[in-house]
Amino acid sequence: MDFISILSIFVLACFVGYYVVWSVTPALHTPLMAVTNAISSVIIVGALVASAEAGSAAAKYLGLIAVTLASVNIFGGFAVTERMLAMYKKKERK
Amino acid sequence: MMLQTVIAMAAAGAEGFAASPFVSLAYLIAGVLFILALRGLSSPASSRRGNRMGMAGMAIAVATTLYTHDVISLPEIVGAIAIGGAIGFVIARKIEMTAMPQLVAAFHSLVGLAAVLVGAAAFLNPGAFGILDALTGEIHNASRIEMGLGVAIGAITFSGSVIAFLKLNGNMSGKPIMLPARHLINLGTLAAILGLIAYFVTDQSPWIFWTVTALSFIIGFLLIIPIGGADMPVVVSMLNSYSGWAAAAMGFTLGNTAMIITGALVGSSGAILSYIMCKAMNRSFISVIAGGFGAEAASAGGGASAVDRPYKRGSAEDAAFLMKQADSVIIVPGYGMAVSQAQHALREMGDLLKKEGVSVKYAIHPVAGRMPGHMNVLLAEANVPYDEVFELEDINSEFGQADVAFVIGANDVTNPAAKTDKSSPIYGMPILDVANAKSVLFVKRSMGGAGYAGVDNEVFYMDNTMMLLADAKKMVEEIVKGLAH
Repeated sequence: MDFISILSIFVLACFVGYYVVWSVTPALHTPLMAVTNAISSVIIVGALVASAEAGSAAAKYLGLIAVTLASVNIFGGFAVTERMLAMYKKKERK
Repeated sequence: MMLQTVIAMAAAGAEGFAASPFVSLAYLIAGVLFILALRGLSSPASSRRGNRMGMAGMAIAVATTLYTHDVISLPEIVGAIAIGGAIGFVIARKIEMTAMPQLVAAFHSLVGLAAVLVGAAAFLNPGAFGILDALTGEIHNASRIEMGLGVAIGAITFSGSVIAFLKLNGNMSGKPIMLPARHLINLGTLAAILGLIAYFVTDQSPWIFWTVTALSFIIGFLLIIPIGGADMPVVVSMLNSYSGWAAAAMGFTLGNTAMIITGALVGSSGAILSYIMCKAMNRSFISVIAGGFGAEAASAGGGASAVDRPYKRGSAEDAAFLMKQADSVIIVPGYGMAVSQAQHALREMGDLLKKEGVSVKYAIHPVAGRMPGHMNVLLAEANVPYDEVFELEDINSEFGQADVAFVIGANDVTNPAAKTDKSSPIYGMPILDVANAKSVLFVKRSMGGAGYAGVDNEVFYMDNTMMLLADAKKMVEEIVKGLAH
């Protein structure tokens, strides 16, 4: 992909992010941070490329460490978000 | 299964990173799922579905990457994911809800470090990332800048988050640490980093790459040590934003839409949260980043007026009696509630009051606690229904009609000086108008310590205020006993 199409995606995604995040209720700001944390670990894609491809042993091991770190974040981030969200309950109506 | 076949077929046709439309489509779907994950958080009812979509997006992104590369080390990769995943999962299960700010800071540091490692790997093995120029055999100029920025932001996120973690976890004092000439040092270091990244375009020697990395680690550390505990909500949100920009920069290097979309989402999310936090303290982002808040105020305003003013001190029985007679009670929790883990006892108190026919509501200031939404999570943990918990602007007018405002572990966010005293460091900060309630019950450990801003609070000395001086949890437990009989 050429630079301009990538840049377009980036700029548009910034706008989407802006509107989506303003619509998040303040009560869920902590889960918001936890889940953004989990999804920013999509950087694991880069780590997987580094550890999957031949060419440099050093790059492969750096990649594997990065895969491990990102996995801590992905599993930890989504799991802790799930745990928090499960606690938000409405008043019981009897 | 269908999807896997499609991706596998696409992979067979793809050479290196000249990805086929199907592969790009898969990454785009992952990106859209991440957007929906955040969209779900607009209400607690839809939030869990959103979280699942985020998980699905991540699974698609990982699966697509593995299918489209000649994976030479699958067992190692699976092992790495299993080890990391297990650690993450156990931490997520075991962590105390009060420790959430530290945990988030720790997680940010991992994203930052991963970004640095990926950047380093791309520098060492550019062929694998498809960023080599076919003619010269060197790395593309654009990729060098993207890589440099990605590594720099990643390194700042890492070392900054480590410091934030140590401060939040209490391993390091929450007080600002002020180096002499720190603004000069910081600006100089930042200029050096940017200059070197620019120079990296003309010369791709390894020393430039590693110097940028090292300087960025240092600047992340320097940037956060002068920032005090009360400004941590801004810092944590800011680092959240940085971790997003780091991912986006790496996404540019790889030409990967999922990474770019996610990076932009997380980046803007953190930026908006920082903005909300700054606004809630009436401080500019620059002044927070410059640091030192709390240090100056404590030395300037601490001595004069705080001594020997008369105040009314009450007991738990008095408080229980007063609240039993009330029609409505508004509870204002702050960081002190989190520190003493008083949320469960507080909910019990609320339940007993409701049994007596008292209306009970909770009022949350946006910067209460150490991260955005900190109080809401703790109350949710204690089973307080979220429709009894209100934000500042929704409840502030109700203090005038309330019989009792019950302030527990909060201070600066209730201080009327923010409205009246132009010389106060918190002047202009929106506050919860607890002083308007018929009576105020103020739970505080002692009269000695002022809030983080280091300013005295007029509410302590009002005629209709009763100070309840004790550990928050113990005091609430006593009140619960008082209410029970």
